[in-house]
Amino acid sequence: MNHQKLEIAGRTFESRLFLGTGKFGSLRDMVQSVIASETDMVTMALKRIDAQSSEENLLDSLREAHVHLLPNTSGARTAKEAVLAAQLAREALETNWVKLEIHPDPKYLLPDPIETLYATEELAKLGFVVMPYIHADPVLCKRLEDAGTAVVMPLGAPIGTNKGLRTQDFLEIIISQSKVPVVVDAGIGAPSDAAKAMEMGADAVLVNTAIAVARNPLNMAVAFKEGVIAGRRAFESGLGAIANHAEASSPLTSFLFE
Amino acid sequence: MKTFKDVFERYQWEEVKNKLEKVTLADVRSSLQKKNKTLDDFLNLLSPAASQELELMAGMTQMLTQKRFGKTIQLYAPLYLSNECQNICTYCGFSLDNQLKRKTLSDMELMIEASVLKSMGVNHVLLVSGEANKIVGVPYFQNAVRKLKPHFSNISIEVQPLMEEEYKLLHEEGVHSVLVYQETYHQDVYREYHPKGKKSNFHFRLETPDRIGRAGIHKIGLGVLLGLEDWRVDSFFNALHIDYLQKHYWKSKFSVSFPRLRPAEGIIEPNFIMEDKDLLQLICAYRIWNEDLEISISTRENEVFRNNIVSLGATAMSAGSKTNPGGYAVDKESLEQFETSDERSMDEIRLMIKKAGYDPVMKDWDSVYSGI
Repeated sequence: MNHQKLEIAGRTFESRLFLGTGKFGSLRDMVQSVIASETDMVTMALKRIDAQSSEENLLDSLREAHVHLLPNTSGARTAKEAVLAAQLAREALETNWVKLEIHPDPKYLLPDPIETLYATEELAKLGFVVMPYIHADPVLCKRLEDAGTAVVMPLGAPIGTNKGLRTQDFLEIIISQSKVPVVVDAGIGAPSDAAKAMEMGADAVLVNTAIAVARNPLNMAVAFKEGVIAGRRAFESGLGAIANHAEASSPLTSFLFE
Repeated sequence: MKTFKDVFERYQWEEVKNKLEKVTLADVRSSLQKKNKTLDDFLNLLSPAASQELELMAGMTQMLTQKRFGKTIQLYAPLYLSNECQNICTYCGFSLDNQLKRKTLSDMELMIEASVLKSMGVNHVLLVSGEANKIVGVPYFQNAVRKLKPHFSNISIEVQPLMEEEYKLLHEEGVHSVLVYQETYHQDVYREYHPKGKKSNFHFRLETPDRIGRAGIHKIGLGVLLGLEDWRVDSFFNALHIDYLQKHYWKSKFSVSFPRLRPAEGIIEPNFIMEDKDLLQLICAYRIWNEDLEISISTRENEVFRNNIVSLGATAMSAGSKTNPGGYAVDKESLEQFETSDERSMDEIRLMIKKAGYDPVMKDWDSVYSGI
């Protein structure tokens, strides 16, 4: 079967699973999980990048894994901070891709839609490939498209909660009307959640906590890889519609035609 | 202006104490099963009755901490700027009545100390001083932060309580977090331990985190000095304080520290002994109540406790600490604030954390997010 490949800003991705690199107990666990997941792209926080350090670090380890690095602006509270962070990341990592995260609320790390829109406008003008982390807000997604975003990354549930697709109804609206790829980010707690997102027609998912804090991160990475493949294959194969009502075995209206 | 004082005054020390004593094991179990935990649940988990469920609480603490913070421990080290102090605090090595030579770091000494910290791998630094506003006031701190900012990703301060405008100035300079401990929420006991100096003003200190929050500081650190009064009651008030602050200053993060009284030059013995199992219970109670709270464990604690707390709720640790100005290089014998208990080096602590299956994090901030 010939799979449709994911394309973002002219780059083709074999895998529809993206990984976050935080929360792992060791660099080794993280790199092994990245490799086992067969992902093409991982995100890492600019605030964790230490260009001055000479010892083994996140960046070197990830380069060994031969994946595309997507810096993120985690820690930024305003558009201004995020734009500065993106510019620094562009220098440090030599990439114009950026995962935009602006969360003035450090408790639930919920994204600020207003600042995110401002930053997307600004970064798109500066030539960045912008991947904003947002609420599952269909109107915001359209506004971000107008602002020149490369994808939209709506959350499935509050980040780190492993609660799954709590925003399903809104994700479905976003997917149905989006002109840019939809990457479901945050809250995906189990491979079945990832599969479900893919079955719904999401273009990709991003997973971090569920893999990083699993008892066996490497095996969990494989499980997510398989979940994503299964879900996507089901979507492309045309899932049967779920009937919302009972279908009587002998039609109730057949008497009309007798 | 409404501050925490308004909330604080609605509570009576003795009432909280009685409530804690009346908690039953059934109350504790019901709190543990609740989905969204309130301050009442925190009180239940803090109670003598809850000590019977410590094993269960430890398991929940580990799971919740991993979910929110991952298997990581942020490392930092203190940099003492000065031991000048105009306060009398009967438990502190820097107390005014302690007849010892005082030291304040010069610019050059500051940079020498900083370079030692850098060579240890330190990237998150905590600046500490006594309270001597004329010698070590806001201009001194501004200068120190300006000098250190190019070399550290994250700068915190633990200095005398300041005014909102002063915190704003320091925030603009690049200060990421401010730590200020109430020491005790028992007003009479507070007066006894702080008989002289600006610090003797209980309410000015009580309202300090409000001023820090209004100034837009990223992270506010609270704590009580464990050993001055009944740790259970004091910790309830500390949690009440955090609860209030989290609702009012929703853009700030909160951390809690657990300074247990340690021996220092010329100080008194603790009034209340807090054992290791008590401290663990307290840490678990905080974590189960508040999943997002940063929990910081200093070198006041001993090796065994620190080795085990890595996977039981801690999110940050200091290491290789010296608690005297110049302690890393320029004046190793100067007056220290307290004796550390865990004297292992930063490298040894990093290795210990790795062996526990956790990632010792040296950098988790960038100055691009501070002071712009």
